[in-house]
Amino acid sequence: MTLGAFIQEKNKPEGWNRPPAMKPDGDGELLEVAMGPHHPSTHGVFRMDVSLDGERVIRLKPVFGYLHRNHEKLAEGMSYLGSMPFTDRLDYICSLTNNWAYALAVEELTGQAVPERAEYLRVILGELTRIVNHASSIGFLIQEMGASGTPLMYAFKARENVLDLFEALTGARMMCNYMRFGGCRVDASPAWLEDTRKVVAGLPQFVDEFERLLTGNEILMARCQGIGILKPELAVNAGVTGPMLRASGVNYDIRKVDGYGIYNRFPFRVPLGEHWDVYDRFMIRLLEIRESIKILEQALKEIPTGTVMDSKAKIRGFRPKPGEAYGRIEAPKGELGFYLISDGGPNPYRYRVRPPSLINLTILEDMSLGQNVADVVLIFGSVDIVLGEVDR
Amino acid sequence: MMTVEGIKMMIDAALPGSGVEIVPNPSPSGQHSLRLDPRHAVAVAKFLRDDEELALDFLSNATGVDWPDKEVTEKVKVTRPVTKTLEGVEQTTEEIVEETRKRVEPGCLEAVYHLYSVAKKHGPVVIRMKTVNRTDQVELPSLTSIWRSAEFQEREIFDLFGIVFKGHPDLRRLLMWDGFKDHPMRRDYIDPDDFEYEPTAHDEVLARAAAHRAAVANQEGGSAGK
Amino acid sequence: MVEEGLKIELGKQGVFVTTIEELYNWGRRSSIWPMQFGLACCAIEMIATTMARYDMARFGAEVFRPSPRQADLMIISGTVTKKMAPQVVRLYNQMAEPKYVIAMGACAISGGPFKQGYNVLKGIDRYIPVDVHIPGCPPRPEALLQAFMTLQKKIDAQPLTGEGRPRFLDAKAQGEFPVPEFGEHDLEPSSNMGVWPVPVVISTGTKGPGTRD
Repeated sequence: MTLGAFIQEKNKPEGWNRPPAMKPDGDGELLEVAMGPHHPSTHGVFRMDVSLDGERVIRLKPVFGYLHRNHEKLAEGMSYLGSMPFTDRLDYICSLTNNWAYALAVEELTGQAVPERAEYLRVILGELTRIVNHASSIGFLIQEMGASGTPLMYAFKARENVLDLFEALTGARMMCNYMRFGGCRVDASPAWLEDTRKVVAGLPQFVDEFERLLTGNEILMARCQGIGILKPELAVNAGVTGPMLRASGVNYDIRKVDGYGIYNRFPFRVPLGEHWDVYDRFMIRLLEIRESIKILEQALKEIPTGTVMDSKAKIRGFRPKPGEAYGRIEAPKGELGFYLISDGGPNPYRYRVRPPSLINLTILEDMSLGQNVADVVLIFGSVDIVLGEVDR
Repeated sequence: MMTVEGIKMMIDAALPGSGVEIVPNPSPSGQHSLRLDPRHAVAVAKFLRDDEELALDFLSNATGVDWPDKEVTEKVKVTRPVTKTLEGVEQTTEEIVEETRKRVEPGCLEAVYHLYSVAKKHGPVVIRMKTVNRTDQVELPSLTSIWRSAEFQEREIFDLFGIVFKGHPDLRRLLMWDGFKDHPMRRDYIDPDDFEYEPTAHDEVLARAAAHRAAVANQEGGSAGK
Repeated sequence: MVEEGLKIELGKQGVFVTTIEELYNWGRRSSIWPMQFGLACCAIEMIATTMARYDMARFGAEVFRPSPRQADLMIISGTVTKKMAPQVVRLYNQMAEPKYVIAMGACAISGGPFKQGYNVLKGIDRYIPVDVHIPGCPPRPEALLQAFMTLQKKIDAQPLTGEGRPRFLDAKAQGEFPVPEFGEHDLEPSSNMGVWPVPVVISTGTKGPGTRD
């Protein structure tokens, strides 16, 4: 039996995952517009070359690289710990989850254990980061709809309270550089935990306020429902992860699937979308904030005493044995993974970041074809990207 | 979740002669990988995606690795004619002599893919493909027709490493501008000379800054002398 | 110039005395409108500065205009990469005089933590003139406010005639700068000689001061 005979065509024709070719109706030429890199709504320096037939999108080609800061090449010249501050700057809104993903990947490579108190602190900071990210993302999305900054002000008000907590614990508002291989850098005092409990107690009220302002809002519903539909099979095949994948109805949350850290101790629900559109993505993020609040309340109650750093962890002369590892977490934007190859030296031989934002953009063209150009801004905003991660 | 050996047996049973090898991973992570033969890679990938039990429908990560040429010094025992003087008479006999030989083991570029299954919730399965060498035979088959998420990642591997993926729908640079000529993530890439002085330079930074200043001084000296 | 005591006395009587220079500069510095130009992480701190806690609107930066034609100030917040640099210079050229530049963060000043990158421009002042530099990674919102106030003081101190007068009052001053092009390995030119004098090293410290290495 030859290989050729074995390869049967299933009922999907070859190339089923390519976007359909759109034809303009009517005569006249196509209008080529470059949206970006300097654009008020593109979340940073990002460019989309769109070809328009009137208002309808015929073609959309994204252009990347305007923030390519050579993170992977720099990491080859630095020690493992030296790259930790650079991971902060990948997804710069959620720096603590980036640190956690990198620490997890190195702990996979070396097989280190993490003390329990450190795991609880990681969960607390990770979920606080998730709340900050989802609130900012919703705020930016609504600002791009034309709300001129007011919902963003509400989101940033909550963010400032959480950033005060980060600054008290880690020393910096945004670039926290807090996780280490084998634990966390510094222990949290009981006063800090008390402050965190107060902030978390105020969060449900913030989410209620947000929801009351936005969820039943006519303009939001009219603009967001029914656009940017992403079918689940295409989402899985295109490597989409995070809230985008769950808004397409696929039940895949890495916190439940891999069970990294101590997430299997926290019962939380995974919201899924039914209509696969921009409105679903927006609602999923709101619901995930509520689930994160539940996780936070439980973690703050159960956090044990102890050390936050593995006592056998080597800081100086850290040379993992040769080998490779791929570690991933459920970052707020999707699956953030680090692939490390070690050759036994102090620097990694190959250091690769799996950027959720870049891979979630694979199907941007598919979602936008046939839609109005005004909706492209919303569809793009619902993907929730950060350019530091896309371009690294 | 099957082990790497189990997956190899399944592939060999379904697609005999497809040339899959196991690459062991010595680190505690235990993520061993399968090396695919570029000629049969697309068929094996399709099997991995469509098989009922494996259902690896999710390509999580696709990246490239550069393994540069290695100079290998080895001691080889060879038989050589040796002239020796014994008791005043010159004799040529064959003797075994140890020689040091240097040879260059050609490097290659490698593409590594991490696969997961969303339907069965298992993973990762790591597959790899190697090019023949780093200079002119740098082609590999593209897996974009199997997993769409490889589209941008393979473009990035082409941009930064130089592997040409045959069958990719739109292979052009992703991160650098179109006129850029180098492949920056290769180990032998030399940075452009835009390096000004550093007030506290040391080690390689000092060497680079000195080289830059010397180059600028030569240029100025040359143009001033005209 | 009228002395301060006399000014206050007259002010109590309802008579305000000033010079055209002071009035002109006061009007200019109290209503600087920045351009909405965020590149990277510092952009998030810049947005946080405009939010309710560290309100920047009370300093005169009432609105952030997306169009360069309507803006006075460009806050370069974030790493300028070589791919983005021509766009930054073009935007600067499109801004109407008087225009100012604040380089926010270590990356905009000199490349920052990413200085060894092949795609990172080692400081935006290689191509356009910068008025205020803010160190930090990212600088706190208070630091951005301090920079804003420094810029305001700088504008206050600009005379209308003579040597230190601003660029738009000088017929021979250059307001537009050449845009770099994409070369095969690097941008061409790699820096703009008119704007950025290449620093000359007097001593690298190995042979003592005063000797040329």
